[in-house]
Amino acid sequence: MTALARGLAPDAQVHSVLAVPGMHCAGCMGKVERGLSALEGVSSARTNLTARTVEVVHQPGLDMPDLVAALARAGFEAQPRVIVEDAPSAVKPLLAPLAVAAFACMNVMLMSVSIWSGAEGTTRDMFHWISAAIGVPAIVFSGRPFFSSAFAALRRGRTNMDVPISIGVTLATCLSLYETVTHGQEAWFDGTLMLLFFLLAGRCLDAMMRDRARAGVDSLLRQAASGAMVVESDGATRWVAAAALAPGMVMRVASGERLAADGEVIAGLSTFDQSLLTGESAPVPAKPGDPVHAGTLNVESPVDVRVTAIGQDTALAEIARLMDAAGQSRSAYVRIADRASRLYAPAVHTLAALSFAGWMLAGAGVYHSLVIAIAVLIITCPCALGLAVPVAQVVAAGALMKRGILVKDGSALERLADVDRALLDKTGTLTLGRPVPDEAAIAGLSADEASVALALASHSRHPLSLGLSQALAARGVKVADLVDVQEVPGRGVTAIWNGISVSLGKPVAADGMATALSVGDRPARVIGFADRIRPDAAPALAALQALGIECSILSGDSVPAVAEAARQTGLTAQAAASPSDKQAAIARLQGAGRKVLMVGDGLNDGPALAAANASMAPGSASDVGRQASDLVFTGDSLMALPRGVRAARATMRVVRQNFVLAIGYNVLAVPLAIAGLVTPLLAAVAMSTSSLIVVANSLRLARATGRE
Amino acid sequence: MTSLAFLLPIALGMGLTGLAAFFWALKKGQFSDLDGAAARILIEDEDDDDK
Repeated sequence: MTALARGLAPDAQVHSVLAVPGMHCAGCMGKVERGLSALEGVSSARTNLTARTVEVVHQPGLDMPDLVAALARAGFEAQPRVIVEDAPSAVKPLLAPLAVAAFACMNVMLMSVSIWSGAEGTTRDMFHWISAAIGVPAIVFSGRPFFSSAFAALRRGRTNMDVPISIGVTLATCLSLYETVTHGQEAWFDGTLMLLFFLLAGRCLDAMMRDRARAGVDSLLRQAASGAMVVESDGATRWVAAAALAPGMVMRVASGERLAADGEVIAGLSTFDQSLLTGESAPVPAKPGDPVHAGTLNVESPVDVRVTAIGQDTALAEIARLMDAAGQSRSAYVRIADRASRLYAPAVHTLAALSFAGWMLAGAGVYHSLVIAIAVLIITCPCALGLAVPVAQVVAAGALMKRGILVKDGSALERLADVDRALLDKTGTLTLGRPVPDEAAIAGLSADEASVALALASHSRHPLSLGLSQALAARGVKVADLVDVQEVPGRGVTAIWNGISVSLGKPVAADGMATALSVGDRPARVIGFADRIRPDAAPALAALQALGIECSILSGDSVPAVAEAARQTGLTAQAAASPSDKQAAIARLQGAGRKVLMVGDGLNDGPALAAANASMAPGSASDVGRQASDLVFTGDSLMALPRGVRAARATMRVVRQNFVLAIGYNVLAVPLAIAGLVTPLLAAVAMSTSSLIVVANSLRLARATGRE
Repeated sequence: MTSLAFLLPIALGMGLTGLAAFFWALKKGQFSDLDGAAARILIEDEDDDDK
């Protein structure tokens, strides 16, 4: 992929990072890398599919618009990456401790097997010393994630799963060191390391899910164009980055471009697609004097816009603030593993203290009583408990991913399982969110008309043209050969076909969205467009009701448009809701004790998605919608909703079973530990067995979730 | 017993080598784009023969 030898001085190179949100497969990666490498002055381009970015090493002469244009030629929309604080990966800091724990565990186990099979005297001492030499540094290093989390919890006067783990690990290590120094018989280095290894594996799985979610974290500001062509007083234009825009500047906004700042139209007539900002399905016309908002898309023709507000003052930033506030209420949610450990930790410590006291009273001596108390702590260390939740959630998330549902966070499944009320946005969620041409009108076109229409539509980026070409291409229509194609902004596309002039454009008179196709002097064909309800909407809503979830519509669109959708789906609806109205509606339901699932796609749904107990967004959603929601479903079918809820409930069932299994093992093992019968060998066997049982039980979810 | 004097250092050395290799890979960013690594094998680059 890298073109190293182009004779460029390495010190003169510039590194640029661009976000390429549309890149999602190997083919795309190849196209992006080839498209950029072909550019003069680019010495290497390397994509990162996880973060959806490409890092370009190029000469200083090239600048951002050149790179973006090169990507556009390759068919990808790209933006220079806004350097927001780079979200640190959650997995990475755990990988090194995991590797160290695995290495140390295997090597210490090697020694332990020799000891268990009967090594005596000096040999055993030597093996213990080697184990200690490997084990102690490894425990200190691998245990850090637990120690620091436990310490932080204790300092705030709370306890979590890491507190019993840290205490158990520390005491077991000290006891083992004491045994080693005093030529004792039993050292617990192997069990301690195995415990750390299993727990770190669980942590890593959990972190992997969160990292996937993080991939879109800095995407909020990406939605706004990160710059604009500014018209100088002498009429020349130059490209200005969004951060450098100031109120009073005049931006020239081409059609198909997103606004970088709020402003007021001063020249030109166009329509703006505000669906992401307000949920309104029809593009809104704007004439000189009308206000327009950052993040909206200029659909028709170029306009000049005078900047009135930038950055933190834009409508987009206001939504970001609402979302921030909404997200904080959700972070108060306590995950099931932490709730379990609140009960578990005190019980375990009391038990250990009681066994110490009991053996002291029975006259066993301090050393012997302490060994037994520590054995109790080691055997009850929540090894299987630490795996119980993450393994089940990762297995379920993997199975859901195969069915086109992406789960961003483990706690999302916990919250989704509790949901008993669903609010659905209309535009883009209940409906496809794109204009779909009228079936009857399409079927009425003759074969040559259809191929002319497809050829004309493919030359325009207007949403109606895109919808038309998609529908015609899906019918297998061939593209006609056109010459002299011209797109007149605001009017349509004209061309010459076989010597006849043809055009696709605004009809003379039409209700709602429509386009007119004229071929020579044949009568014009008017094709109506409407936003369609998603396929499977009715069975999906029925399935949700069957799961005990009451549904209704919550939309920012106008009353008639929402009423139509409500009639088709038989749901109650609230229309013309602003982002804060939506948030308030959710707060009201939550106040009444309901657990709300919000399904939405737009920027305007962002605060509601963040405020709801759980949220889902279609894959076609805005970056903000996808980022704020817990689950994202790809594909057009709404069946993903009931499927997700069923999978979440199945996951929670398995998690509870896992808890029972893990605690059941403790019920069996603890009496042995209290009786002083547990040896390091027994602890190692019990610990790995219970972990394996929990993992095996969780794996059943893959089949259960995949079968539905 | 004498075999232990050889086998133990060999076993530990092999383990440490693996660990060092893992840390090297981690530092070199081999784990920074796991999805991309899985997809990269599918990239067709027949027309990349100049590289």
